[in-house]
Amino acid sequence: MTRISRRGLLRTGAAAGVLAASGLPVFAQAKRGGRLRAGLNGANTSDSWDGRTHSDLYMIACAQGAVFDSLTEIAADGSLIGELATDWEATPDAKTWTFNLRQGVTFHNGKPFGADDVLESLQMHVAEGAKSAAQPIVAAISEMKKTGEHQVQFTLEAGNADFPYLMSDYHLLMYPAGQIEEAIAKGIGTGLYQVTSFEPGVRMTARRVDSHYKGDRAGYFDELEYIAINDSTARMNALMTGQVDVINRIDFKTEALLKANPMIRIQEVTGNQHYTFPMLTKVDPFTDVNVRRALKYGINRQELVDKILLGHGMAANDTPIGPANQYFHSEMEPLTYDLDKAKFYLKEAGLTELNIDLNVSDAAFNGAVDSAQLYQASAKGAGININVVQEPADGYWSNVWLKKPFCASYFSGRATEDWMFATAYEAGVPWNDSQWDQPRFQELLLTARAELDSNKRREMYHEMQQILRDDGGVIIPMFANYVQALSTKIATSDTIGNLWQMDNGRMAERWWMA
Amino acid sequence: MQSVIRIILQRLALGLLTLFVVSIVIFTAVNMLPGDFAQAILGQGATPEAVEAIRRDLGLDQPPITRYFQWLGSAVQGDLGNSFAQANFASFVGADSGVRTTVAQQIAPRFANTMFLAAVTACIAVPVSLLLGILAALFRNSVFDRATNVTTLTSISSPEFFLAYVLILFLAVLNPVLPSLSNIFEGMSFSERLEKTLLPALTLTLVVTAHMMRMTRAAIINLLASPYIEMARLKGISPMRVIVKHALPNALAPIINVIALNLAYLITGVVVVEVVFVYPGIGQLFVDSVKIRDIPVVQACCLIFAAAYILLNLLADILSILSNPRLRHPK
Repeated sequence: MTRISRRGLLRTGAAAGVLAASGLPVFAQAKRGGRLRAGLNGANTSDSWDGRTHSDLYMIACAQGAVFDSLTEIAADGSLIGELATDWEATPDAKTWTFNLRQGVTFHNGKPFGADDVLESLQMHVAEGAKSAAQPIVAAISEMKKTGEHQVQFTLEAGNADFPYLMSDYHLLMYPAGQIEEAIAKGIGTGLYQVTSFEPGVRMTARRVDSHYKGDRAGYFDELEYIAINDSTARMNALMTGQVDVINRIDFKTEALLKANPMIRIQEVTGNQHYTFPMLTKVDPFTDVNVRRALKYGINRQELVDKILLGHGMAANDTPIGPANQYFHSEMEPLTYDLDKAKFYLKEAGLTELNIDLNVSDAAFNGAVDSAQLYQASAKGAGININVVQEPADGYWSNVWLKKPFCASYFSGRATEDWMFATAYEAGVPWNDSQWDQPRFQELLLTARAELDSNKRREMYHEMQQILRDDGGVIIPMFANYVQALSTKIATSDTIGNLWQMDNGRMAERWWMA
Repeated sequence: MQSVIRIILQRLALGLLTLFVVSIVIFTAVNMLPGDFAQAILGQGATPEAVEAIRRDLGLDQPPITRYFQWLGSAVQGDLGNSFAQANFASFVGADSGVRTTVAQQIAPRFANTMFLAAVTACIAVPVSLLLGILAALFRNSVFDRATNVTTLTSISSPEFFLAYVLILFLAVLNPVLPSLSNIFEGMSFSERLEKTLLPALTLTLVVTAHMMRMTRAAIINLLASPYIEMARLKGISPMRVIVKHALPNALAPIINVIALNLAYLITGVVVVEVVFVYPGIGQLFVDSVKIRDIPVVQACCLIFAAAYILLNLLADILSILSNPRLRHPK
């Protein structure tokens, strides 16, 4: 496997090779024109332009990726840049944030963009009865106020140095104030592309806005056509027969066929998406850190990467902080498959044998059941008897996850360390799927959150990753790559976003016709 | 003629009863599946509060029997309800406008697409199978007869997705003459629509031809042994004329029956083909809706499927009565 550069670089040398072989200069100049036809999965008849409901690639690529904008944006290289905000400033305690908004921006219906739009668009996530996945982000703002036509000020309940990053969340889209319902019905945003037709779960077309504030630095296609193709074979067929130009999420089993086609190149990035086996640390025997350690050494991580991901991934060390994060601890000593150590920790726990159930379903991640069986086989030698219980995929998240003491799960990862930890590792949050509460970790979490000095934060986040590795209640064996395929008619820059599939869903902005 | 009308009325009444039973069965079955709409739509984010909130909004917290009769009450008045999928996130900022996508609105365009695919398929499949059947009867036991039989039986015995991929391989990948993606949409010209629909239509043709063709052949051959055919032959009429003029009219009843059954299949059995070709018909909508437990849409789809079967069978019976003078004029 090629070495993984720290942030967002294209992982496969192969892709660059194909580019060179097809006669394209690697730093080809982006040019305007053409129609991007994409075959994407994750579409549903329940899709709408309501950002609060977005959870899968199709709507993310349509909404934040093309039609709508947020205050900030995570660039392909992982850096944070302004989208509808031009710049921002915090008080030293990172509690009060002032955002200056871009001037002269208009929505697709002609309404100018201003501070009111920001306030109302954020308010909808905490509205009474609203079901927004971004609710915790907005709920942490104790006061929002308009300090000018193009300036807003947020006061947070507690300092958060990552606040501008949170504003790039794909749920937090900017809608026109007073017309939010209409904007949700028709898809009226400030993005580079204006909706021309939208049929939920079937198809979306859009055309480039004539004059846009992003100017010539993004949005090279004249038109978009995003076709919902949830079936992976149908997606591959569509690309092979030239009906679409790009597809997401290729089936690893057919990768060789795609590779054999000279008109297609495969793009692969390692990001933060990770598969996990959480243990409830408030339930015996997982209360004992030695039991957890025994389990950590009893899993063969590389084997899972090779057999479940067919090599399209990277072994992980029980921390959710991945290569797409700024403070990823890449030099941490890896957790190896070591039965002697597993036996040693089992003995420390006063046990000679451990019998536990592992409840899994492929609803958790593709290959979860197979992974559990591999885990069962690898742990056996240390006296750890894992009984794999297959659960139905329906209702898995409601009935098994967070309820059974040892199960399977996944996270797509977050742009910042604090965001990830606040989602699933902070004591008491609903998604803390290991009920883990380690005092030093929780202390560091709060200190690092309000710290604006990057070096100090790095130290703290490295220590936290180390604590997770040694003590954490979640076994994270692997990071799974994002793998997509493109026709050679489509050109991209060398740096591909690794936060989410398809260049963070922004292929309409960043790619162009070769 | 009196008797025909009586039969139609009787059958329609029975049909309504069947629809009622079907709706109970489907409602019970969907309710017995693990998980419900709230859990399915929230996925990993299914916190108890969020699940409760959605259930309350959609009335899913009511007992199933109450829900069923509420649904039935509006269904008999022609209101199939609102689709859960498009209704689930009510409270926007300010007042909720109350505008919802109804099931009818959601199904109508999809149903039109499925009917279009069925019509194109029928236009190809019915003439082809009749012709093949007649020719096979005419040249029975010849090489032609055997070849047709083997080919059509092979195609009906293969799973639909396999046939679909074989056709894609030969007609879209190796010889790119037809598109493998049938994503038709509103505003497409008729010829474009037809071109996009051709591959799924050909797949379905391969699936339904064997049945119709073999029935045509068998029905005609059956008659060829009757005395009146012998008489016709002795008169010196050409074999083709014997079959088309004398045998076929009498063989129509069973053939019509089989054609009707197959047409019903074209409406209700297209799920796999629609998924393979990404054809936005009712089959795909049905699968999507079952996945997220969108009960109103599932119910409506099932009723449409059941109604298609009932009506086409009725049509077949009436046509076979009309095609048979003895039944048309009972003593």
